[in-house]
Amino acid sequence: MPQILVEALAKTYRVAERAPGLAGALSGLVRRRWRAVHALADISFSLEAGELLAFIGPNGAGKSTTVKILSGILRPTSGRVEVGGLVPYEDRVRHVARIGVVFGQRSQLWWDLPVIDGFDLLADIYRVEAERYRRRRDELVAMLRLEPLLDQPVRQLSLGQRMRAEFAAALLHDPAILFLDEPTIGLDAPSKLAVRDFVRRLNREQGVTVLLTTHDMHDVEALAERVIVIGQGRLLTDGPFESLRASVLAERRLHIDFADAAPEVEMPGVTVRARSARSLELAFDPAKIPTPKLIAAITAEHAVDDIHVEEPAIEEVIARFYDLHDAGEA
Amino acid sequence: MPVRPYLAAFRARFQLMLQYRAAALAGFATQLWWGAIRILVFAAFYGVNAAAAPISFTDAVTYVWLGQALLALQPWSADPEIGQAVRTGGVGYDRLRPLDAHGYWYARSMGWMLARALPRAVLMVLAAGIVLPLVGLGAWAWRPPSGVTAALLFVPAFVLLTMLGAAILTLANVIVAASLNERGVNAILTPLVIVFSGSLLPLDFYPDAWRPFLHVQPFAGLVDIPFRIYFADLKGSAALRGLALQAGWTLALIGLGRLAMERVMRRLEMQGG
Repeated sequence: MPQILVEALAKTYRVAERAPGLAGALSGLVRRRWRAVHALADISFSLEAGELLAFIGPNGAGKSTTVKILSGILRPTSGRVEVGGLVPYEDRVRHVARIGVVFGQRSQLWWDLPVIDGFDLLADIYRVEAERYRRRRDELVAMLRLEPLLDQPVRQLSLGQRMRAEFAAALLHDPAILFLDEPTIGLDAPSKLAVRDFVRRLNREQGVTVLLTTHDMHDVEALAERVIVIGQGRLLTDGPFESLRASVLAERRLHIDFADAAPEVEMPGVTVRARSARSLELAFDPAKIPTPKLIAAITAEHAVDDIHVEEPAIEEVIARFYDLHDAGEA
Repeated sequence: MPVRPYLAAFRARFQLMLQYRAAALAGFATQLWWGAIRILVFAAFYGVNAAAAPISFTDAVTYVWLGQALLALQPWSADPEIGQAVRTGGVGYDRLRPLDAHGYWYARSMGWMLARALPRAVLMVLAAGIVLPLVGLGAWAWRPPSGVTAALLFVPAFVLLTMLGAAILTLANVIVAASLNERGVNAILTPLVIVFSGSLLPLDFYPDAWRPFLHVQPFAGLVDIPFRIYFADLKGSAALRGLALQAGWTLALIGLGRLAMERVMRRLEMQGG
């Protein structure tokens, strides 16, 4: 039995609609028209304990709504959800005691209280036994390098420091599942690396199941073996990132710096993406022309200073994928 | 129901509000000033027609000071933290706590009220109960309870006024969560509480015909009933009836709050993406 089971999940919001301007506002007072917005149309997937799954998709695709339903905050309009054998929104109190959640754009710590006071309060709220709490807290403080921040009020922390504290706050009660909604949003490079490293350790060393949503493709590349892409409330693909890449953009790029002026290159299956006086960027499909063969062909005819092969950037793959599925935000 | 998590919810709000010393001092100064004005108004009234008054001038003065000291226990405005959390979507985190939703907010309401009330009450005791008699203004001072029985009965009356206040406040907070804004709720709640609790005037000052209603409505349990127990205007079975009314309304409003919470949380949306 999978740890998380989602079947035909749908969530429809009702949005008040009115004509623009004062006249519209006035008529809205008398009669309101409602429009149904389908945040989630039909999502099904399942997740085994210990997996690390990344949820990606354009803004408004329904990623956060899915996390909010799975964590027990929202009720779906229809469909079936089970997490660890419980229906989150039916059995909320028992369910939330077993999960941890971090929303990258919100804080669960008390703004005006020192970090350590917030941890103590959460340990009381989750009824973590004192000795266990001390051990868990010290472990998290060490992993997230929180020691120097413990006495500071949360409002005085930088975003990167605060997110580290938020992770500790979400994990004090030792949850089996961690939901992360855009945990690296707005963070600088070192903080992002720290967050990724921490999530990876948590998943690999402690076996915590992680479901994360993100717009940062480096999060996906660094963390997830499995990726679900959703667009306009529907599931577009579910599988390893490499197979997504292969299905969308199989091409590779070859950058060549020539000793002399860059020559014309005309070979089947190879196109010139960019050229300057002494360098070329070629795009080719390795299934049609293997990389060693292409390099050999070029170095045999021309004097070359430098040469390297690249895969298209992950952002490019995803943008292309959204385009192919017409998944962009309406 | 385990107590520890709810105590933590109480402590979180209590600890936070105690930090705002300037607010406590400002609140105390305002309430001292208003108390003085209300007593002057009473003095003018009693000077003209003391016989028509339902309570003595001494008791009226104590009524005023007690009311000024405990003003922050009156649920006349919803907790701004809730409105903020609902508008920013932070309320989502409240749903993630393994706690009874109403119990959690109730404990928080209590923390918010008591943390604002306690420092001001202590200062008010010093100013109106101790300083005024020392400077020769004993006639205008806050008197201790009228006798041991009154003092003993005031203990449960005080506990119940706090619990009733928290029940009303939590209900107001739930309505804020449904309407996304505290202004509408406060616009209705403030005048209701100020008039019907007896905070503005002891309820017996209102016309005779209103009294049967005034003495059974829930807000009476916030000010009028406990304060009259304090100076033994309500005693014996009348005092016990007063306590019963406080307790009954507290239970009823907690029940109503739980129903409302359940309904509002079923259709909760998390604002802001």
